[in-house]
Amino acid sequence: MIRVQQADFDMNQEYQALISDNSSSGAVVMFVGRVRDVNQGHQIDELYLEHYPEMTNKYLSQLERQARALWPLENVSVIHRVGPLQLEDKIVLVGVSSVHREAAFEAAQYLMDLLKTNAPFWKKEVIEGGHNRWVEANHKDTIAAAQWAEVERLA
Amino acid sequence: MNKILFFAQLRERLECDELDLDVAGLSVGELRQQLAQKNKRWQKWLLDKDVLVAVNQALVAADSRIGEGDEVAMFPPVTGG
Repeated sequence: MIRVQQADFDMNQEYQALISDNSSSGAVVMFVGRVRDVNQGHQIDELYLEHYPEMTNKYLSQLERQARALWPLENVSVIHRVGPLQLEDKIVLVGVSSVHREAAFEAAQYLMDLLKTNAPFWKKEVIEGGHNRWVEANHKDTIAAAQWAEVERLA
Repeated sequence: MNKILFFAQLRERLECDELDLDVAGLSVGELRQQLAQKNKRWQKWLLDKDVLVAVNQALVAADSRIGEGDEVAMFPPVTGG
């Protein structure tokens, strides 16, 4: 299940969605990314998330299919928020249920690592003094995503 | 005819969110070169910076060819999540 939305999401509701109609999922992993106070040396007041609407759903759906081809997954949820966000707001949820924990942990990390480098979202921060600043892509994220190429190749 | 879209910092720096141009037959790299000829600012932001390109909403490499009616999007490295 893929959702791109401005509204917040409820963790308990999303947990219920991950385990609904399914008593075989012994493992559920939920990752949440949120707006933190300091980024790349700047104090953050608020954040604006821009995206490329025609591409975000398409890419995230494709990413879900890729994850399902690599691990035996039951339910998959990816929710990404867009628009104005405040400090401590949730930005993204990646949730995965599976029979065993290894697949759930690995698939959640895979989904997050590839989302970070390939899904067309951009963060613009409002920092001290009301200035705007586009967040710069992190080289660490590129390396994290590249490490999955071998897993994909062997599948 | 092709629609060319710009996003995020690239859109702001170019002061352009969308162009309608016939660029079918060009590679994505050739299109960047062609657009960069507009002026120094476009050259800086399209050639000197990292730019990702999507054709029909999927990321592609610089040698990928643009077809008739394809939607092309250019944007900086992504920073979601």
